[in-house]
Amino acid sequence: MTSVAEQAGTQTDAPQPAPGAARRASAWARRAPLLPALIFMIVVTQLPFLATLVISFMDWNAYYPSERGFAGFDNFVRVFTDVNMRDAVWTTILLTAGVVLISLVLGLGIALLLDRKFRGRGAVRTMMIAPFLVVPVAAALIWKHALYNPEYGLFNGALTWIWGLFGSDNPPQPDWISNMPLWAVIFSLVWQWTPFMMLILLAGLQGRPLDVIEAARIDGANNWQIFRSMTLPHLRQYLELGALLGSIYIVQNFDAVFTITSGGLGTANLPYTIYQIFYQAHDYGRASAAAVVVVIGTIIIATFALRTVSSLFKQEAGR
Amino acid sequence: MSITDTAPVPAAHDERGRPVKKRREGANVWLSLLAWIVGILFVLPVVWMVLTSFHSEANAATNPPSVFAPLTLEGYREFFSGGASPWPPLLNSLTASVISTLIVLLLSLPAAYALSIKPVKKWTDVLFFFLSTKMLPVVAGLLPLYLFAQNTGLLDNIWLLILFYTSMNLPIAVWMMRSFLSEVPVEMLEAAQMDGANLTKTLRSVIAPVVTPGIAATALICFIFSWNELLFARVLTATVAETAPVFLTSFVTSQGLFLAQLCAAAFVVSLPVLVAGFAAQDKLVQGLSLGSVK
Repeated sequence: MTSVAEQAGTQTDAPQPAPGAARRASAWARRAPLLPALIFMIVVTQLPFLATLVISFMDWNAYYPSERGFAGFDNFVRVFTDVNMRDAVWTTILLTAGVVLISLVLGLGIALLLDRKFRGRGAVRTMMIAPFLVVPVAAALIWKHALYNPEYGLFNGALTWIWGLFGSDNPPQPDWISNMPLWAVIFSLVWQWTPFMMLILLAGLQGRPLDVIEAARIDGANNWQIFRSMTLPHLRQYLELGALLGSIYIVQNFDAVFTITSGGLGTANLPYTIYQIFYQAHDYGRASAAAVVVVIGTIIIATFALRTVSSLFKQEAGR
Repeated sequence: MSITDTAPVPAAHDERGRPVKKRREGANVWLSLLAWIVGILFVLPVVWMVLTSFHSEANAATNPPSVFAPLTLEGYREFFSGGASPWPPLLNSLTASVISTLIVLLLSLPAAYALSIKPVKKWTDVLFFFLSTKMLPVVAGLLPLYLFAQNTGLLDNIWLLILFYTSMNLPIAVWMMRSFLSEVPVEMLEAAQMDGANLTKTLRSVIAPVVTPGIAATALICFIFSWNELLFARVLTATVAETAPVFLTSFVTSQGLFLAQLCAAAFVVSLPVLVAGFAAQDKLVQGLSLGSVK
């Protein structure tokens, strides 16, 4: 990422091959409105990462201030050999992939349902967006206490009620969070992120060239053929965009893990683990090394994401 | 909300299958029903939260659920005057969200102008630099910001959060604003220039009418993201600058009969986001996809 920053920085700083002072002045007049935002972003985002990089090579634990010094690659070795850290990487992958894939499939189905005219379509769309508009901590709290709770949560309450309808007074009452902690976190996040995927895919569906589809239908193509060979290819870039943006946000998820399981029962993902190393163990060197590893991992994903956005962007610019 | 806006599916959809209309209408009813059921399932936890918040603690914690229990404001009374007052955190959240949103607008509007209407050289590279910062995991910046705050005495200071929220939302705002500003027709700008309109006049009478709804949507989305943020607020604030999401974390561990109070708290804290989000729902996708999807 720093390389992009430098690139951007040099572009704005580089002297233009301007023949006269007037032209240089006009070039600067063009740049002037951009500079405050650009400088602010470079200072606030690039400097901290530089600091993280430096600290990652240091022995620095707030509990042992006298032992501060250069550590070489020790912190990285500890990060890569730490079992908790490896578990956290695995948990992060499962959590992100699970949430993104499930909410993408659900979002596609719901977007297809909503891409038709029917009574109350606006109302259904509004209902669908609601989960996304609950503050993430509040949503996680509601899932933990009001839905998953084994004694008075809505899920077990509904089971009691349904079993009661059939005259049974012995309904199953699972302890959802203890029995399937990671899935408990995944489901709550799927609930929040499906609306996001649905909105992106719905926008994609509504940008379909309807005349071509009409022509295919006249030529005798059925719904499934049209979906597979026309709708899906058209949606591909929207699916990619949804998956990549979703990954970027969900890889960083802290709220749900922190609230629902407090990182216990094998649900500690990377952000939570780094938070713990830093906030509870006060091991600044190790936390920074872990952060650097996460940044490198993210850059790999982000490169794909940037490519996707850039292809959508070029299409729009070329229109 | 905006049924007309969200229903651009033209009549061609209805006409395309005229010969098999009968059978198709039958299938359509089932699909519409399915859409309704899915919508209701998704909104159910929100409805349940609101309903439970108006129940008494005893009725909130029954199994099977007491859906038709009498309504009461007990949960809200307990939330607002039971223990620590939620007002300072709510006000802190409001301060941090509103001020950072204003700064974001002040910085992003001119920047977007220089990236769309009068673009600088290599403006796409600058645009993608902004985007790339959004992709970095924020947790990697947490420690340096904490150490910076510790050394400058800014820990537990709302201005530090304002600074961070500004940097968090600025890339989104620049992308959104740019996509709104590029909707200003070039012909109109040229016409204004021919008529000898100066910059202020052009901004006011040509650009402003086109982009004002976009500015509003951008502001609402920045507000939502700042209001929701938990990780940094939790690490960088304590008793003085604590925000509403941090206040909510006191409900993470069970405290006996507290479900109604918890639901009241969750609803109160989410209310501004629900209002802002429904107000901006048509531009929500555009904002979340950083302007790449319209």
